[in-house]
Amino acid sequence: MNWLVPLVVLVPLIGAAAALILGKNPSAQRIVAIVSLLIVLGIGGTLLHLVDTQGPLAMEVGGWAAPFGIVLVVDRLAALMVIVSALVLLAVLVFSVGQGLADGDNETPVSIYYPTYLILATGVFNAFIAGDLFNLYVGFEILLVASFVLITLGGTEARIRAGTTYIVVSIVSSMLFLASIAMIYAAVGTVNIAQISIRMADIPIDVQVILHIMLLVAFGIKAAMFPLSFWLPDSYPTAPAPVTAVFAGLLTKVGVYAIIRTETIIFPGPELNIVLMVVALLTMVVGVLGAVAQADIKRLLSFTLVSHIGYMILGVSLGSALGTSAAIYYIVHHIVVQTTLFLGAGLIERAGGSTSITKLGGLLKSAPIVAVLFFIPALNLGGIPPFSGFIGKLALFQASAEQGSVLAYVLIGAGAMVSLLTLYALIRVWNMVFWRPARDVEGYESPLLDNVTEAPGGRTVQATRRLPRLMIGATAGMVVVSVALTVFAGPLFALSTRAGENLEGPSTYVNIVFPGTSESGGDDE
Amino acid sequence: MSVSIVMLAVMATLYACGVYLLLERSMTRVLLGFLLVGNATNLLILITAGKVGSAPIVADGVAPEDMTDPLPETLILTAIVITFGVSAFLMALIYRSWRLAHEDSVEDDADDIALRAGTSMVPSDGNEQDSSDTEFGTRGEAVISTARESRPRDDAAVSDAPSDDGGPR
Repeated sequence: MNWLVPLVVLVPLIGAAAALILGKNPSAQRIVAIVSLLIVLGIGGTLLHLVDTQGPLAMEVGGWAAPFGIVLVVDRLAALMVIVSALVLLAVLVFSVGQGLADGDNETPVSIYYPTYLILATGVFNAFIAGDLFNLYVGFEILLVASFVLITLGGTEARIRAGTTYIVVSIVSSMLFLASIAMIYAAVGTVNIAQISIRMADIPIDVQVILHIMLLVAFGIKAAMFPLSFWLPDSYPTAPAPVTAVFAGLLTKVGVYAIIRTETIIFPGPELNIVLMVVALLTMVVGVLGAVAQADIKRLLSFTLVSHIGYMILGVSLGSALGTSAAIYYIVHHIVVQTTLFLGAGLIERAGGSTSITKLGGLLKSAPIVAVLFFIPALNLGGIPPFSGFIGKLALFQASAEQGSVLAYVLIGAGAMVSLLTLYALIRVWNMVFWRPARDVEGYESPLLDNVTEAPGGRTVQATRRLPRLMIGATAGMVVVSVALTVFAGPLFALSTRAGENLEGPSTYVNIVFPGTSESGGDDE
Repeated sequence: MSVSIVMLAVMATLYACGVYLLLERSMTRVLLGFLLVGNATNLLILITAGKVGSAPIVADGVAPEDMTDPLPETLILTAIVITFGVSAFLMALIYRSWRLAHEDSVEDDADDIALRAGTSMVPSDGNEQDSSDTEFGTRGEAVISTARESRPRDDAAVSDAPSDDGGPR
């Protein structure tokens, strides 16, 4: 079944090409985009089943044997990430279709939106299945360039300004990644991740630490780890709601995924674990303090996004199988929940005409369904017991307690506090936006009236009053998925435990690529 | 692995100049910095190939030790293509930024400035955050024409409030 592996990348790429050709016909574009993501979702499900029952898959592209050709690797972690990303991409796509239809852009659509979106998907999937450091770089570049286009979509002044920061930071991190690849190649003479892992053991420890730091900084910028996270709350909120949702859900997680691979396969040693733990602590605390200070929902959510990256880094930094498993479960939970919250923010914006909590009020009465769709993921992110956020955090705390150092206990305390502060920030949004009566809002005007006067023409009162069913449906679907993460937490956590155990030590991964060998160094090609 | 000192010196100079330019506020200089850093990185990859030898594969009877390592060159080719694409996008971005604001500098985040100044209210977000800016579709295309018509604007006003007026009014 190896042939399924490259399809994960090929299908959205071909879909993007088809959508670009169909540029004049938006409804055909929509169908192409949705169908390609549905196919990937199906492939992802099949892959996950295959990998979980029959062991991981490796595909040598073009039939060139492993260290010379490019190899694509799907283990449990990669398959899980592919299926969750496909799900999120699909939901956000449906949401944006709903938004596009409601805006009545049938006549003059931005015809590049769907192709770019599919290319973004291509990049994300390519990064997940890359078994080759350079291929990982290419995957990153594909998704970054697509994200450059999406973040500056429409080319308004605010978006160009925000996009500039994002783009410059991203290209610097890419250059750093490329330079790290060059240095690693100079050190071990290969870019194949499995072979790097074999040969890295022979490299002097100080050189290893330098290479390790370079890779971590490059991935840390993408994952928005604390000192390198300044760009995120600045650039994400100005993009269109669905774009922000998919960026928040997926792009940073691709960085975290790369960090997991780095920590478990390329540099499995514990040298930088303490540094990572401190970084995790700072990311959590600084992120959430930023969130508490914000008045704009999208910015607030961006800060909580940064803060919760800290939890995942915490899981990775523990260097144990339990920690990695907990981090994997937390990534899955966070991709779903954070995306849902951003979609919820999109609905609030649609229903209330703003995302500033000082200007909104009384939405519980005027849009009760939005209130429910925001409330559930908000509690979930805050880690209220029955939900998956609680389960993920509990697992992380358990892994920290198992490690047992003082720093680990400090992290447990900080994690609990950050969880409460997240809840505080989100409940503040809830109180201001939904709970307080509309008349308490200073200078309140009916959003309905606002929309009508501001409409560029032709927009009827009927259209603004009703929230598009597709948008509600997509968000509701994501809420259902996030609740399903709780209901099926047992099997899912068992799966992420198995995935985490695969990553305990690099030997499992190396065996996927070079079956049956524990290979000794090998000469340079 | 033997490395040519000239290559190393060139690479170091390119990195130094590139990083210096990247730290500038002007977008055009950032672009130039990016190009320099990109080329420096390409040189770095080339240097990792080690000793220069004859072309691999094409000629018979060359011992593997005498061949140049071909892999870094393929990596460079890919990297060059990516750098090219990104710089083209950056140029378009700079042009767009210049058309809109008549300046090409990297601006601070307005909300950050507001927070630093201690004002809890986000300035001018009424314009920026309302629904017509954050939707895409018609608006995206419409922006281009309306923005063009609504120029020429007061430069000073733009630099004071970079995020004001995001959308078409």
